[in-house]
Parts: sequence; structure tokens; C-alpha cells
Amino acid sequence: MKLKGKAHKFGDDISTDLIQPGRYNYLRSNLPELAKHVLEDADPNFASRVKQGDFIVAGKNFGLGSSREHAPTILKLAGVSAVLAKSVARIFFRNAINVGLPVLICDTDKINDGDELEIDLASGTISDLTSGIKLTSGKIPDVMLKILAEGGLVPYIKKYGDFRISRG
Amino acid sequence: MGKTLAEKILSEKSGSDARAGDIVIAPVDTVFAQDGTGPLAIKQFQASGFNRLANPSSTIFFLDHNVPTPTKELSNDHLLIREFARNCGACVSDVGEGICHEVISESYANPGDIIVGADSHTVTAGALCAFATGMGSTDIAIAFALGKTWFRVPPSIKVVVTGRFPKMVSAKDLILYLIGKIGADGATYMSLEFSGSTIDRMPISQRLTIANMTVEAGAKTGLFPSDEITQKYLENQGRGDKWRPLQPDADARYEQVIEIDASKLEPMVAKPHTVDNTATVTEVKGIRVHQVFIGTCTNGRLDDLAIVARILKGKKRHPDTRLLIAPASKEVLLGAIKAGYIRTLIQAGAIVLPPGCAACVGGHQGILGDGENCLSTANRNFKGRMGNPNAFIYLSSPATAAASAIDGVITDPRELP
Repeated sequence: MKLKGKAHKFGDDISTDLIQPGRYNYLRSNLPELAKHVLEDADPNFASRVKQGDFIVAGKNFGLGSSREHAPTILKLAGVSAVLAKSVARIFFRNAINVGLPVLICDTDKINDGDELEIDLASGTISDLTSGIKLTSGKIPDVMLKILAEGGLVPYIKKYGDFRISRG
Repeated sequence: MGKTLAEKILSEKSGSDARAGDIVIAPVDTVFAQDGTGPLAIKQFQASGFNRLANPSSTIFFLDHNVPTPTKELSNDHLLIREFARNCGACVSDVGEGICHEVISESYANPGDIIVGADSHTVTAGALCAFATGMGSTDIAIAFALGKTWFRVPPSIKVVVTGRFPKMVSAKDLILYLIGKIGADGATYMSLEFSGSTIDRMPISQRLTIANMTVEAGAKTGLFPSDEITQKYLENQGRGDKWRPLQPDADARYEQVIEIDASKLEPMVAKPHTVDNTATVTEVKGIRVHQVFIGTCTNGRLDDLAIVARILKGKKRHPDTRLLIAPASKEVLLGAIKAGYIRTLIQAGAIVLPPGCAACVGGHQGILGDGENCLSTANRNFKGRMGNPNAFIYLSSPATAAASAIDGVITDPRELP
């Protein structure tokens, strides 16, 4: 599957508190409304700027902090089609895959804010159409690839009824 | 080759020779969500087509993050949780019982258990040698239904602590020091495993403080050996029969060994807006504090309130500094009333909040104003964490927080008269 969109750059240590501020916790059962506040404390204009299919391009340790799955869920609802980062926090990584939001680990310093990117999920190749450079993302565990291939953990479990994991 | 604590617990539970890097499926002993993550877990459970819990008696919903609720939307989330639990037979730890991690340690966690919770600070139960880790709502929803989940067996970092803490220095200073040293991603995907003579003497309350904050270095779990101190704690909690000794093998393989001399530590403070932005109290003393918040799953236990009450006895908070205190659980609150701490704290000018997460998560009970500084005993100081992105959060031990409440500025507790 190929994804195409614009890069929105963020720095290191973007916490889930920045992605989904706790003061909006009362909107957690109203995800479309919550999504209007996505990343508000990191960039107040992000929710109005982001277009369907765009990418988050961040530094290291993206998504650190709280386990709130609402963070990747509202990124996806706001239109984000994948997160690219130098590294991601563990719980965010698992949550993103579980809600069907691809995460690619690569050297994001090579990508500029506003660049047009094309991503081939199957090969993990990231093409920066603006600069012409190509990047490759690190490998993610097979079990996560399979969950992502089904669009998330709910469709995966509905299909298989259980975890189908080979050791290793 | 021997095994780390993480490898031992995951091997035993998965029935396989689990080694760092392996993917295993293992049953969970306790699975929980809280009021912030529970509604989405219920939605995902239902969306997956499930209607039965694998183990209702070990499936728990904690109403702790926004209690009592400040908005009708959150009240409706609580209603949804109570109704789901009633229909499925899950347990509810209702408003006023306390913070999930504190109640888990008081009443559920046992050595060798696997505990998964829809809350990042689930790692707290590692103090009792439970492989405990936080996950999101969907992972927890599936664990509700299947009674198991998948794990990547984490590699481990061994943290060896020796020496005696100097006066007014405690576990909180140790974990802040460690996070400052290795960084907020210094242990990402890993198990932080603690040992050494300081750990061998350390009470469970302080082990809980350290385990709680291992996730602030990115760790998947933070494990302490199960020893006589663990045994005594479990006996006091009425489940001494659940104790068993558990230690890593002497020849276990670690990614890294970090040695810390506790006798050289100073009171530590994490500055805004990341937990690894640490300084010694000497470097930051004198910074104006508008609010002191003492409590949370990190430092809201009886031992913490004992230190705070000792420092505040006969003293008054600074007139321009609000002092909020939230006991971590009903058990802690009752203990603090019995010991006379609550009277001391209120006489010193504190506001005592109901057991729960209180001001930590930014929903209510102490939201900061623009430009205000809070000194908190919590585990996170991210921008916006306490409800206002234009405010500043510093983290410290209960001793440093209590001393600072008296002076109205960040104060070195070692310099108290």
C-alpha cells in the first residue's frame, strides 16, 4: 500500500499529553470532537492545517507518557496516515499499530516541514518527492505487521479469534 | 545462561524458554483499566464481538482519574463502566477507593504475576516482583476477553544501588537521578531490574515509587526481587500465602549494568517540561512555587505523608503557596487519620483531597494558572500535564515538596531548621 501526503515536522519528546491534552479528557467518549484538539499544545494550528493523508514527522521518543490510545486514534481521525519518527515510546507504538496507524522509524532529520512524501508500507520505503531523497524504515515485529495488515487489533481478532504468533 | 526476572516470569507463564527479543503469548493474572481508558476498552471489546470476560474476578475497573467527576461527560463515562462491569461480572474499585496502582499493590499484585493495565504506570507493581506493564485500551480489551496477550520479552538493564541515603534523600531522588542519567528513552522497550544492598533494605513504599517511574525512562517494566521485605508487606496486606522468593539468576545477561552509590545522592528536581530534565535541589532552590501538590501513585503513600507531616508539624504553608495533598488510597487516608497526619497537614494549611489522581492529570482539583509554577511529587511534568500548557511543573520528593511549601520557593529539605 502506498501513502502520499505532506510532512508536518515536530521535535523530540512529543508526549501523549501534547497529542491529547488531559484537560479534554471529558471528550474521550466523543472522539471526533476530541480530534479537533489533537497536538494543540505542541502546535495550536495543527488540527486546522492537517489534510487527509498527511504525515507526522517527529524526532526521538514520539508518544512518550500516558497509555492513552486516544492519542494515535485522534491523530488518525484528524487525517494523519502515518507517523515517522527517529524513535517512538513503547506503548504509543503498540497503540498506533492496534488502531491501524502505521509507524515508521527512520532518520527524520532528512525530511523538511512541508515536504511531499510517498511511503510504500510493504517495503518500508519513504520517498521525499520534494528533495528527491529516499529513506528506509527499520523492521517492526512480524506480529505487529500482521495486525497492521488487518487494519488494527479489532479487525485482526475478529478475523482470527486469537493471537497467531510464531516465536522469534 | 541464566535469566533476568523478566525472562523468568515470562518463561514460567508462557511455558517456554523466553529470552530477550522473543515474542511470547502469556496468560495475565490481573487486567485492568481506569476511568480514562476504560470506556474505549469497553467499546473495543464490544467491537471485537466479545460479550464475556475470560476472568471476571481478576478484571478490574478503577474509577480514580477524575473523582468525584467534574463534568457530566465524565460522569456518563463512569455510568458506562459501572453498567458494563455489572453485566460482565468485572470488579469496580469505585470513586474514593484510590488510585489503581496503589490499590493493585495493596490488594492484587503478587510475585511472579503478570499484570496488564490500560495505564502507563502499571509498572508500579514491579515493586512486588510482578511483571506489570501498561498498554492501550484495545490491547486491554482483548486481554479482558482472552485472558492473555502477547509480549516481546524485554532485554534488561541491571541497576545496582549500594550505600545509605543521606538525610532527606529517598527513593524519589534516586529514580529522578537515574532518569536524568539515562534519559526519557534510556530504557525504552527494556526491563529495569533493581538490586544491591540499598534495595535489599528498602521498604515496599519506596520500591513502589521507583518502579512507578521506570516508565519515565521508557521501560516496559521495572522489577524488584521478591524477598523478606516483600513477604512482610504481603503478610500485612493479608496475603502472605501469595509470597514466594524470586531473584534473577546470578549469570543472567544484561544489556547494561548501572551502579549508583546512594550515599552520594542529593535531593533531585525535574524541571519543566520533561522528566529527564533533572537538577540537584541546590541548582534550582529559590524558584517561586505557587502550588505544592503531594500525592499520586508515585508518592501518595502513608510513608510519604509521614515525612510530610513530620516536616510540616507546627509550621504553616507560605501564604502565597497553595498546598494540596491527595492520599493515594482509602487505606492510606485511614492510616493518615489514625496517625494524626491529616490533622497536622490541615493545621499547616493543606487542602486534603479525596483519594485519587487529583491534580496530576489536569482534569480538575488544582489546575494551574498561566505562568504559575507547581512543585509536585507526581511522575510527569509534561507541558499541559496539569491542565494548562502555560504553566510549569517541577517534580521532587515529598520532603523537598513539604519544605518548599513552607518557604514558598524550592527549598533544600536538608537545610530545614
